[in-house]
Amino acid sequence: MRKEMNVRDLATKEYKYGFVTSIESDEIPRGLSEDVVRLISAKKNEPEFMLEWRLKAYRRWLTMEEPTWSMVRYPKIDYQDIIYYSAPKSKEKLASLDEVDPELLRTYEKLGIPLTEQKLFAGVAVDAVFDSVSVATTFKAKLGEMGIIFCSFSEAVRNHPELIKKYLGSVVPHSDNYFAALNSAVFSDGSFCYIPKGVRCPMELSTYFRINAADTGQFERTLIVADEGAYVSYLEGCTAPMRDKNQLHAAVVELVALDNAQIKYSTVQNWYPGDANGVGGIYNFVTKRGKCAGVNSRISWTQVETGSAITWKYPSCILQGDNSVGEFYSVAVANNYQQADTGTKMIHIGKNTKSTIVSKGISAGHGQNTYRGLVKILPGAAGARNYSQCDSLLLGDRCGAHTFPYVEVKNSTARLEHEASTSKIGEDQLFYCRQRGISAEDAVSMIVNGFCKKVFKELPMEFAVEAQKLLEVSLEGSVG
Amino acid sequence: MASPILEIRNLCAGAAGKEILKGIDLTVMPGEVHAIMGPNGSGKSTLAHVLAGRESFQVTGGSVLFEGKDLLAMSPEDRAREGVFLAFQYPVEIPGVSTTYLLKTALNAIRRQRGAPELDAMEFLALVKEKMKIVEMDQALLNRAVNEGFSGGEKKRNEIFQMAVLDPKLAVLDETDSGLDIDALRVVASGVNSLRDGRRAMIVITHYQRLLNYIVPDRVHVLHAGRIVKEGGKELALDLEKTGYAWIEEEARRTGARA
Repeated sequence: MRKEMNVRDLATKEYKYGFVTSIESDEIPRGLSEDVVRLISAKKNEPEFMLEWRLKAYRRWLTMEEPTWSMVRYPKIDYQDIIYYSAPKSKEKLASLDEVDPELLRTYEKLGIPLTEQKLFAGVAVDAVFDSVSVATTFKAKLGEMGIIFCSFSEAVRNHPELIKKYLGSVVPHSDNYFAALNSAVFSDGSFCYIPKGVRCPMELSTYFRINAADTGQFERTLIVADEGAYVSYLEGCTAPMRDKNQLHAAVVELVALDNAQIKYSTVQNWYPGDANGVGGIYNFVTKRGKCAGVNSRISWTQVETGSAITWKYPSCILQGDNSVGEFYSVAVANNYQQADTGTKMIHIGKNTKSTIVSKGISAGHGQNTYRGLVKILPGAAGARNYSQCDSLLLGDRCGAHTFPYVEVKNSTARLEHEASTSKIGEDQLFYCRQRGISAEDAVSMIVNGFCKKVFKELPMEFAVEAQKLLEVSLEGSVG
Repeated sequence: MASPILEIRNLCAGAAGKEILKGIDLTVMPGEVHAIMGPNGSGKSTLAHVLAGRESFQVTGGSVLFEGKDLLAMSPEDRAREGVFLAFQYPVEIPGVSTTYLLKTALNAIRRQRGAPELDAMEFLALVKEKMKIVEMDQALLNRAVNEGFSGGEKKRNEIFQMAVLDPKLAVLDETDSGLDIDALRVVASGVNSLRDGRRAMIVITHYQRLLNYIVPDRVHVLHAGRIVKEGGKELALDLEKTGYAWIEEEARRTGARA
């Protein structure tokens, strides 16, 4: 009995990023139409090719249907009730950080991301996206000296149209899926990153996404290109205010790695998950895909998904270049009424391509956690190898864990290994820790962190610490 | 005259509605080692877990004072922080969590409670190095996940090692000898003996007298069907070795019939 009590007492800690910044924003009317797409493009002073691309996507989207194959359940989204563009109002173009609205800077400080460069901890360059637009990118000058381009997507469209034309949609075409098509039509901003030949990016690049305005959707796009022999490690963080209405987030991330290039992409997703009764929260429908286009290239996805009411996300790798490597390390948490349907696709095209999948799903409360993955070996992928490990941890007896590992092998020289496990956080483990003097709360987080160790190890150091803390907050009191 | 470290009065407890302990009385003074012996199912492990605060057992009557404080009112972690340690019969595995990390967290939680400063990594490491010798613990084991892939002997040694680091006032050893070969038993027992310092009290729970050749108790209590049916000095254990538990059961039946 007392244990039950403890469990309730410990109940979910509050979402600490749930504040709203009062800032004047430039919003367009609700709803989606060709005019809205044109309006967004016009607001961003985009060149003609961008508008054409958006319209093509929009027209395609109209012919598509929302996918229903996932395990997530939610009321029908009214796409005409969403505001597709919202930007903090600014008088003029921002030339430097000093001109950013101080209220906005305070918001980022509250979130723990000081934008002012002197306060920035060494080695992380940040691009911050507030509602729909990129607010500030730090360290730009320093990176520029090495030929690295790191800027908002809008800037890239204006200043590097040749790169955008070449790579936009090259990994996730505008017609890829319902949410990707929607994003392609209305995306408002995001980050762009290009690492030139042979350059090893000397710092972690990072984008911080924040949804502030109510009833808006956030549709950002990230494009990262690592040219031959280049290396970059990229971090992405997300938060949103607490609102009792669901908000839509439909992002697209495209990664391109040319010969011998390496991209490491890490996400700590902490969108508002809704309250303990499942009211509110972000619907996170995201398409992330990387293409190992060149030989010996490597793309690693590491994600810690603790937020969102619904997560629908499958960071994938197309292993086209011979000897290329794809990796997916994931921790996904579903607490209270959260639903997560996440996993990866590893498409082996080139010879001797290798992929590793490590997925750790944690379900608590009434949470439903699904791993969905595809390993596809095409006929030309001689000597391809895959190792998959999918583990689920259940906290309490009202949550669920589901695993759907799909495998398609068309080459007989391929080798695949799959391991899966489901376990419940043991009362035995919990008691053992408590008998040593560790509080129930700390014991749960210790056991869960142990469970996730293999994934956390892949995160950049400062992010790993953040991820552990986040996990503690997301799961507190959820053992029953 | 010192005051008792542990006073158990008429303790009754059970699980899932079944009564297992039917009125236990036991007084332990600082520095004393008490052995609790008894056949399987007599309630030995239940007593150990009730003292440690395991929530799957319900206390239905009686009282337990630890240094004069109501032990039964405390959470398991508070009991540990007050100085109660249980060496588990079946130590659990915790994947991904190293023994070092578990112990450092535990030790600092205990130290916080006692108002002592927390140990930093270097100080902790020095302490660990010193205590490892007590049970001939291999450093490599400490950096592995808690008890994961440990042999039976390594698990038991790990329990005594943890006890050495956490420095409890009262240690309850629940069948620490089970599953140990003679060499492992000797190592574990000598570890335990080195932790007898005249102040620390111990309750050694065992089915067999064998362990008590190495850890010589001050008092021996024989538990049967949830009651202490016989008490004596260390020679009582030797008598039991010769005669087995049958006569105890016989005697208990007779007294039970008389009562």
